[in-house]
Amino acid sequence: MPSLGADMESGTLLKWYVKPGDAVKRGDIVALVDTSKAEIEVEIFEEGVIDELLIPEGARVPVGTVLATVRPNAAGTSPAVSATVKDEAAAPPPTPAPEPAVAPAPTGAAQPLRAAISEDHRLRVSPLARRAAEQLGVDLSEVSGSGPNGAITKADVERASSPAVAAPITRAAAPALAAPAAAPAVTPTARQAAMREAIGALMARSKREIPHYYLELQIDMSGALEWLHQANLARAVNDRLLPSVLLLSAVARAVVEMPEMNGFWIDGAFQPGAGVHLGVAISLRAGGLIAPALHDADQKSLGEIMAGVRDLVARARAGRLRSSEMSDPTITVTNLGERGVDLVHGVIYPPQVALVGFGAVRERPWAVDGMLGVRPVVTATLAADHRASDGHAGSRFLTLIERELKKPEEL
Amino acid sequence: MNEQQLRGVVTGALTEVAPETDPGAIDPDRDLTEQLDIDSMDFLNVIVAINEQTGIEIPERDYPKLSTLNNAVAYLAAAQKQGAGA
Repeated sequence: MPSLGADMESGTLLKWYVKPGDAVKRGDIVALVDTSKAEIEVEIFEEGVIDELLIPEGARVPVGTVLATVRPNAAGTSPAVSATVKDEAAAPPPTPAPEPAVAPAPTGAAQPLRAAISEDHRLRVSPLARRAAEQLGVDLSEVSGSGPNGAITKADVERASSPAVAAPITRAAAPALAAPAAAPAVTPTARQAAMREAIGALMARSKREIPHYYLELQIDMSGALEWLHQANLARAVNDRLLPSVLLLSAVARAVVEMPEMNGFWIDGAFQPGAGVHLGVAISLRAGGLIAPALHDADQKSLGEIMAGVRDLVARARAGRLRSSEMSDPTITVTNLGERGVDLVHGVIYPPQVALVGFGAVRERPWAVDGMLGVRPVVTATLAADHRASDGHAGSRFLTLIERELKKPEEL
Repeated sequence: MNEQQLRGVVTGALTEVAPETDPGAIDPDRDLTEQLDIDSMDFLNVIVAINEQTGIEIPERDYPKLSTLNNAVAYLAAAQKQGAGA
């Protein structure tokens, strides 16, 4: 069961999309999982053949539980995949099989289904977790990470060292919390209550653990909006860009120069994110919110960002987000100005270290070159983790966002 | 399309983005974004849906003219007439 956000402790397996014997490849959707917040499609990042489904539909299991095993293909695996296979094959095989990939070994040779944690399969371990592993004598290759991008945290190591759950890839480690039954029908009210609880727990943790600091900057949007209106004249209704797309792109490009804002604080250390994956805060119509990742936003054109956000919003509301979108965001952007407020002092989404907020774009008196004029102005705010950065860096980040918005043609 | 049909197109597009909306309960003179709690992405989707069903291209600068249900229907009726006359 992958961690689909820091606020998730367990998930209900609603549906399997594969059965034993099915061939799977990177990015295939293999299962539908219900977190308390939403139904999420779980992707697989291994290539091979499904060996065994270990968790029945309808069962609720804790994060980290192995859902299924997949037998790797003997041929045609990419280097990244074989690296993973090697890492995990270090788990005690029943006999030292010379060619484990082909050997008809029982469970030992089958690889645990590493669901959708990350595109990058190298072992991610926080320094603290590495130290703990040395002290406790835990083999890191046997530990399944519950941190962002599948990172192994100190807590994971400690869990792995305790005898009761020492063997994460055996079936014994997969106790179903609920008896396998028909997938429970989640009522909207129950979903609401669960979502409030999940948001509440995560935000309380954020406020308890993260020493936030807040900065704000008013940005003249006249150039950006003028450019946008011109660009939209040439675009079909379907392809038109929204101002929020400019804001997202500006944040993505600015954060490339401020890597200390893009990543995670785990076990007392900062881990830079692999890529710029913007968490886009989307409010759900029934209440609550979700912030799935817009992957590699710094590499995308405005049109691609627009299409990406549109797709995310539609799927967030339909309850069809993917597991990688839930676990990957490296920094969150919230555009609460849509609802009319002037500015937002955000609460950081742990274990991320920064959140950028935008208020409403409003016409305001604005002095330029000794003259007073009326300009559309947006207030950009930054909430950042003081453990990872200082106000000096945060201030630079906001001015970089402003700089990006002054040259919209390059966004 | 007559006015009744245009009204149907607009309310249809609105209930698409705000599924819990009772079409009969929309106040035709109240601001739609505020009344139905829809954001700019939702509004754009409404414009796209109207375009798909009526063929009417609504330029961005005219978005404010579709702020209420009655405004929107009047705007579309006029745009349609203009299109037919041209």
